[in-house]
Amino acid sequence: MTYQAYNFAYLDEQTKRMIRRAILKGLAIPGYQVPFASREMPMPYGWGTGGVQVSAAVLTPLDRFKVIDQGADDTTNAVSIRTFFERTAGVETTTTTSDASVIQTRHRIPDEALSEGQILVYQVPIPEPLRFLEPRESETRKMHELEEYGLMHVKLYEDISRHGHIATSYAYPVKVVGRYVMDPSPIPKFDNPKLGDMAAIQLFGAGREQRIYALPPYTEVISLDFEDHPFEASKADHSCGLCGSDTSYLDEVIIDDAGGRMFVCSDTDYCNSRQVAGYKGKDAA
Amino acid sequence: MTPLLSVQGLSKNYGTHIGCADVSFELHPGEVMGIVGESGSGKSTLLNCMAGHLRPDTGEVVFDTRADGPRDTLTMSEPERRMLSRTDWAFVHQHARDGLRMGVSAGGNVGERLMAVGERHYGDIRDKATDWLARVEINADRIDDRPDTFSGGMQQRLQIARNLVTGPRLVFMDEPTGGLDVSVQARLLDLVRGLVRDMGLSAIIVTHDLAVVRLLADRLMVMKSGHVVEAGLTDQVLDDPQHAYSQLLVSSVLQV
Repeated sequence: MTYQAYNFAYLDEQTKRMIRRAILKGLAIPGYQVPFASREMPMPYGWGTGGVQVSAAVLTPLDRFKVIDQGADDTTNAVSIRTFFERTAGVETTTTTSDASVIQTRHRIPDEALSEGQILVYQVPIPEPLRFLEPRESETRKMHELEEYGLMHVKLYEDISRHGHIATSYAYPVKVVGRYVMDPSPIPKFDNPKLGDMAAIQLFGAGREQRIYALPPYTEVISLDFEDHPFEASKADHSCGLCGSDTSYLDEVIIDDAGGRMFVCSDTDYCNSRQVAGYKGKDAA
Repeated sequence: MTPLLSVQGLSKNYGTHIGCADVSFELHPGEVMGIVGESGSGKSTLLNCMAGHLRPDTGEVVFDTRADGPRDTLTMSEPERRMLSRTDWAFVHQHARDGLRMGVSAGGNVGERLMAVGERHYGDIRDKATDWLARVEINADRIDDRPDTFSGGMQQRLQIARNLVTGPRLVFMDEPTGGLDVSVQARLLDLVRGLVRDMGLSAIIVTHDLAVVRLLADRLMVMKSGHVVEAGLTDQVLDDPQHAYSQLLVSSVLQV
């Protein structure tokens, strides 16, 4: 049911216009962080307030909505945001990636390839890739403005000097169309190659930090690296225990106190659909 | 011969206070210029105006760029000026903490300027960093240590390495030996003198320590209350000061 006390999708129309303007600007300048007047949402910062506002601004009554949290459709964050839009927008929801027209995600890109017409909305905790290298916002803005990204490589240099390889495994910085360095939100670097040349629109919303940025379909996105230490999309060297996939991103799950563990797909919809199709992993019941 | 740096009528006021007033001089390639004077005499203001950290009220700072010859750095666009300060210029701060990234290893500190100008080969960056640490007498096995584990003198040497790695032509130094004890000072000065000579650097050194300029500088400017009161060859100014303030300054040095 829909509460009539709320406007469609919770936010008022003026706020949605303001957010849509920021989104359009973001799409026009891929990778550029557009400031916007983030609203208080009925959830704590860090739970996806930015993503929810972006979703609210792009949803129409005909959309079908999916929410994933670390790849899963059934965790607290995913369930509560899905319910939120069921109640305030009355839109249809789904857990099937290919059926959804708008997908809000936290920390993952679905393993199934997205298609044209879909929108992927990311929840972003810290949109500024240079934040932990340069604490001054005035300075990081200037660095983006003047394309001074040497410092980003200092971080990767430190990784190699300390660990022998680039140890940054999530929120791995990328360069968008040869211009802006962008934080892809804390997705594993396994997902980085999917960012580029994607058919779907990708929108990034950071509520607390009040920034929106975007990647239009088929945008060139390159992960930063060194010539002698090239970027590598890494994952656990196993196959999924339930569906047997060895190309999907895996979670390691501890199953007893005797060192037992299994690896399963982090994308639950991908894993379920493979199991329905008859694929079986070594741990499948 | 074109001067490397030519400063004309440079003035900077802080409200009604004079920072520095109507300073003009020329610096030729390979020359080291010392600026001395007491605290508050405008030395650092002048240096910061030349290095682009402060915007002077009037005057011009013309630098002989590699690409386009002499250009006024004050009317340059900001990207050009920042590019200049990453490549052809270097700035050594009095406190190494201001010039170093304390959370980044020594190698990363030295490599930053290389990466900022587009170096993307880890092995090359590391080799150059190792080479430069050796040139400033820091042991190669400290390359992955953070500068906050270094002594004051090492931090200052690391700051110099980090600045000189891109082969600048002009180095600004603000009290490079301030806060170091005398034996460490002596080693640092020796090192700087060697580097300046080997690399054919030009330098502008601000200090209140006359021994520093005696050792390093070819020419000297004495500042008081924002004005240059005397200028000339170092030995000439120090041995035969003409202005009353220069005489006071020279006679104030303790003889041991």
